[in-house]
Amino acid sequence: MIARIIESASPRALALLAVVTLALLVAPWLVDSYVLSVLIIVLYFAYVGQAWNLMLGFAGQLSLGHALFVSLGAYTSAALFIKFGVPPIIGVFAAIAMAVVAGCLIGYLGFRFSIRGVYFALLTIAFAEFTGIIVDHISWLGASSGLFLPVKNQQSNDLLNLRGSPTMFYYVILALTGLAFALCSWLLNSKLGLYWQAIREDQEAAEASGVPLFRYKMIAVAISSGLTGIGGVWYAFYYNNLFPETMFKTSQSVEIILGSVVGGVGTLFGPILGAFVLTPLGEVLTAATDGMHLDGVKSFFWGFCVAAIVLFRPQGLWPWIYNVLGLAPKKEGKR
Amino acid sequence: MSGGLYLNVAVSGLLTGLIYGLSALGLSVIFGVIRIVNFAHGEMMVLGMFATLVLFRALGIDPLLSLPLVAAALFAFGYLLQDLVVRRVAHLADHMQFLLMASIAVMLISVCLMLFGPDAQNAQVSYGFDSFAIGPLLVDKVRVYAGAAALVVSGLLFAFFHYTPTGKAIRACGDNYTGALVVGLNVRRLYALTFGIGTACLGAAGAIMLLLVDVHPYLGPSYTLLAFIIVIIGGMGSLPGALLGGILIGVSEALAGVILQPSLKSAFSFGLLILVLLVRPQGLLGKVAR
Repeated sequence: MIARIIESASPRALALLAVVTLALLVAPWLVDSYVLSVLIIVLYFAYVGQAWNLMLGFAGQLSLGHALFVSLGAYTSAALFIKFGVPPIIGVFAAIAMAVVAGCLIGYLGFRFSIRGVYFALLTIAFAEFTGIIVDHISWLGASSGLFLPVKNQQSNDLLNLRGSPTMFYYVILALTGLAFALCSWLLNSKLGLYWQAIREDQEAAEASGVPLFRYKMIAVAISSGLTGIGGVWYAFYYNNLFPETMFKTSQSVEIILGSVVGGVGTLFGPILGAFVLTPLGEVLTAATDGMHLDGVKSFFWGFCVAAIVLFRPQGLWPWIYNVLGLAPKKEGKR
Repeated sequence: MSGGLYLNVAVSGLLTGLIYGLSALGLSVIFGVIRIVNFAHGEMMVLGMFATLVLFRALGIDPLLSLPLVAAALFAFGYLLQDLVVRRVAHLADHMQFLLMASIAVMLISVCLMLFGPDAQNAQVSYGFDSFAIGPLLVDKVRVYAGAAALVVSGLLFAFFHYTPTGKAIRACGDNYTGALVVGLNVRRLYALTFGIGTACLGAAGAIMLLLVDVHPYLGPSYTLLAFIIVIIGGMGSLPGALLGGILIGVSEALAGVILQPSLKSAFSFGLLILVLLVRPQGLLGKVAR
C-alpha cells in the first residue's frame, strides 16, 4: 500500500508529507505547552473528522449525529474504568462495540426503511439527542452533574491506563490519526472503497450493477462509528470529565464534521488540513477578541469564516491547495 | 391527580402547540419549495423574539400588536438572505447547505449575544397573570391570545398559498422546478419570497412566543430541533401537517411533563420522531417522497 502511494505521488507531495510528518513527530520538543495543547486538539479533530469523512466522503451517507459515537465510546470506557477498574486498553474494545452497535442500529433502521439524505441526517441527530437525554437521567453515569475520571500520578506516563502528561496524549492521538489515515487510504483504493464510491456517486446505478447497497452502507457506518468511538475513549481520558449536556449535542457533531467539510469531503488529507486550519483559527480569534470584553464577537467571526469557505471554496480547501502547491503527479493530472 | 389537571395541561399544551405549529410552518414552507433545510430556524425565531422585546421595552408595544412589524422585518431579512446568500448554495450537497445554515445560526446567536447579553429576559404584559375559567378549565389569558394569534396567522398563510396567484406560483415552483421555469415564472424572485414568508412565520411565532417564555440567545437550537420533529411528524412540505404536528407535540410534551418528568419531555418527542421516521417517513400528512 505504502509503495503504491509513493508510486502515485509527485516528488513534491512526498517531500511535503515527509516534512509535515517529521515536524509532527518532534513537535513536543519544539513547542511550548500552549501550542502543544492546540496541536492535541487539532489532531483529535483530524482523527474524528477522518472517521466521519469515511461515511459521507467515501460512502455518501450524511451523519449529523457523530457526537453519539464519541460520547458512547467516552462514557463506556470511562464508566468501566471508574466503576470496575478496567483499563482503557481493554475498555476501548467495549467502547468500539457500543459505538458500532449504535451505528449499526441507526444504519439498519435508516437503510432498511430507505430513509435518505436530509432525513437520514435528521435520524442521526434524533438518536444522538435522544441518547443524551437518557444519559442525562442515569445517575449511575453521573447524570447531568457529569462523570469524572480520577486525576492522579501526572508525573509518570501510564500508557495502558491512559494516565499521564500531555505529551503522552499527543503521541497517542498522533498515532491514532496516522493509523486512521493509513486505514482510510487503504480502504479507499480497496474493492470495498470502490463499492462505496459507486454508491456515493449514484446509488441506483450502483444497485443496478449489482453492488449490495445495504451491506456496504452498513460496513461504512460500522467502521466510521467504531473509529469515532475510539476517539471518544481518548477524549474521556484526556479531558477527564463528561457532561451529557455538551457531549451528545448537535453542536458537538458539527465540530466533528467541520474540519472535514472545510478541508474537503471525500479526500484523505481534507480532514487533517481542515483541523489544522480551523482549530488555530479559533485560537487566533480568541486571542484577537480577548480585549473586547464582548460576548459573541469570536463566534460571529468564526461563523463568518465558515460561511465564507462554504460560499467560496465549496469543494473544501484541500483540492485548492493541492493545485496551488502543484502536488499533482506529472503524468496523470487527476487524482 | 385528577382528570381536570390533565385536561388543563392538555389544553395549555394544545395552545402552545399552535405556536410550535406556526413556527414549523416556516420551516416546512422553505423546505417544501426551495428544498433547503433551514438549520438556523430557531435562531431566526429568537431574533424575532428579541425584536419584539425591543419594541415592547422601548415603545411599550404589546407583543401581539408588534407581530406584523416583526414579521415584516423578518420577511425582509429572509428575502435578502435567500437572494444574496442561500441561492448560491442551491446546487451544493446537503452537508454544505447544512453548514452554511449552521454558520448563519452561529452568527445570529452571536449578534443576539452582543446586543442583548446572555441573560434570560421577558416582556411582562399587564394581563400576564389573568386567566379564563370555563367550567373546570382554567386557561391563561396569554396562552389563549397566543394560540388564537398563531391560528390567525396560519389561516392567512393557507389562504395566501391557495387563493392568490403568487401563492399558487410558489406552490408550482415547489412541485416542479423545471416546469415553473418553462411557463415563465420568475423562480428566483419567488424563491426569495418563499424564504421571506418562511422567516416571517418565524417572526410572528417569535413575537407570540415571547408572551409565554423568557428569551435568551441560546434558546435557538432547541426550537430548531423541535421544529424538525414537528415537520417530520406532520410531513415535510405539508402545511396542515406542520400545524397538526405542532399540536401533537405541544399536547404530548405537556402531558409527558406531568406524567413523567419535565426534563424527559423532549426525549419523548425524539422517540416519537424516530418512530414516525421508521413507520411513515413521509410524515402523517406528507406526500410520498419523490
